[in-house]
Amino acid sequence: MAAKTIISRPIYGKLSPQPGKHHLFVADAEGALAITDMAARAPVGFFDGAEIVFIAGPDGKYVAALEALKPAQLHLPPSFASLLPRLKQTLTNAHMGLRLYLAGTEGLIGQAMQVALEAGIDHTSMQTEHRGSLARRMQCVHCKGITENVTTQPATCSHCGLLLLVRDHYSRRLAAFQGVCINAEDRSEIPPTEEIFQ
Amino acid sequence: MSTGTTRLDVVVSDVVPVNDLVTRFHFRRRDGGLLPTFSGGAHVVVEMRNGERTRLNPYSLMGSPLDTREYTISVRRDDAGRGGSLFMHNQVRPGLEMVVSYPVNLFSLDLRAKKHLMLAGGIGITPFMAQTAQLAGEGGNFELHYTCRTASLGTYADVLSERYGRRVRLYHDDRDERIDLDRLLSTQPLGTHLYVCGPGGMINWVRDRAAALGWPPETVHYEHFAAPQPGLPFDVTLAVSGKTIRVGEQQSLLEAIEAAGVDPPYLCRGGVCGQCETNVISCDGKFIHNDHWLSEEEHRSGKKIMPCVSRFEGKSLVLER
Repeated sequence: MAAKTIISRPIYGKLSPQPGKHHLFVADAEGALAITDMAARAPVGFFDGAEIVFIAGPDGKYVAALEALKPAQLHLPPSFASLLPRLKQTLTNAHMGLRLYLAGTEGLIGQAMQVALEAGIDHTSMQTEHRGSLARRMQCVHCKGITENVTTQPATCSHCGLLLLVRDHYSRRLAAFQGVCINAEDRSEIPPTEEIFQ
Repeated sequence: MSTGTTRLDVVVSDVVPVNDLVTRFHFRRRDGGLLPTFSGGAHVVVEMRNGERTRLNPYSLMGSPLDTREYTISVRRDDAGRGGSLFMHNQVRPGLEMVVSYPVNLFSLDLRAKKHLMLAGGIGITPFMAQTAQLAGEGGNFELHYTCRTASLGTYADVLSERYGRRVRLYHDDRDERIDLDRLLSTQPLGTHLYVCGPGGMINWVRDRAAALGWPPETVHYEHFAAPQPGLPFDVTLAVSGKTIRVGEQQSLLEAIEAAGVDPPYLCRGGVCGQCETNVISCDGKFIHNDHWLSEEEHRSGKKIMPCVSRFEGKSLVLER
């Protein structure tokens, strides 16, 4: 569970069924378990008006558990990039009364939220639950390149190669944590690398 | 003491009867300068001095925020009220020097919205006059649904229809026209924000249906200035200032506290903004809560009161003032 360090560091909650006409879930990996846990608390018929978009990963784990919820639609894209056009289209055509639930890794939650914000949903109106990896999506503040799945502190920018301190400073607009050069004064100073975002 | 606001010396530049119940008042600065900028949904508190008595009532600014040469308000005559609206209708004439507060907005547009859906009932139309003017000036996307008793009491319905055409939809009670609310709320594009101003019952109805149909609370905005209701006189001890005061039948608790020379914070004087929230130290009796600020739980607790609109009946009341 993420701890509040600075004000922009996102804090995630626990999915809870909201009143509404349509329910859209976007999840990856262990995020599926957040949906099945919530299903136990949802009113009868809740999933009749629900669409679940789930990035399962190669082993197809949890797909059967989600099928068992009998959602109106279950969509299984291979990656976030591949679900993006459909998600944008769904949100563009949606009406008020659609509720959004995001569950899984921070990268998935952040990027889905970024699209939803553009579609006009306030971030406080979305249900979020973090499950699984703590790996971070990081933006290098120097070259602006985004590095996915950062697990170490410090981390090397995959674009410009600077060694970056991964801050808790988070941008909802970019859906990324900020990475700042850790040895700007003396590049030969290389602090030890730790695996801390597992 | 009005929190964060200062007063403006104005002169009444025009008084225009609009229909049987509503009159419009125009104010200009006495020094001829421009008035402070405001945004659609803002109100001013108008000081009404009548002999010994000063009333302070909030009214929404209804002019275009793009024009600050004057402020305009529309006042609905309330023959059964405490007399503020009657004072405006009967005593205020062009040329009268008055004092109004700086504008305060507790009902502002959320400009991140993709669309603004506005529901007005009766005199609740006034903030939407300013909001629609603001949005129209910026090419904003809005739709206004306005319910009035009869066409002749549909204050500014003609003006709005002429200005905005199909973006305005009118419903007349006497023709049995009703908003198909569930359908309206279910067919709005994602990113729509909802604004309601009108009678309390209408606001509650719209808020309830919006919540049931899945509108997040952040997207539902409402304003209902509660007018202080008259009631039985009651005595209050102000513990901090060491005074015991009597609240008259036609006086609000806030007005009685002010009359005793104590200067509590206030902003809207309509039970909306929360500035005058006051702690109850002890009481023996029952509260008559009329505000929209405290939660139901806080109302039941008997630990807090909004003196601008709420009253008390009973043996004793001690406030932290």
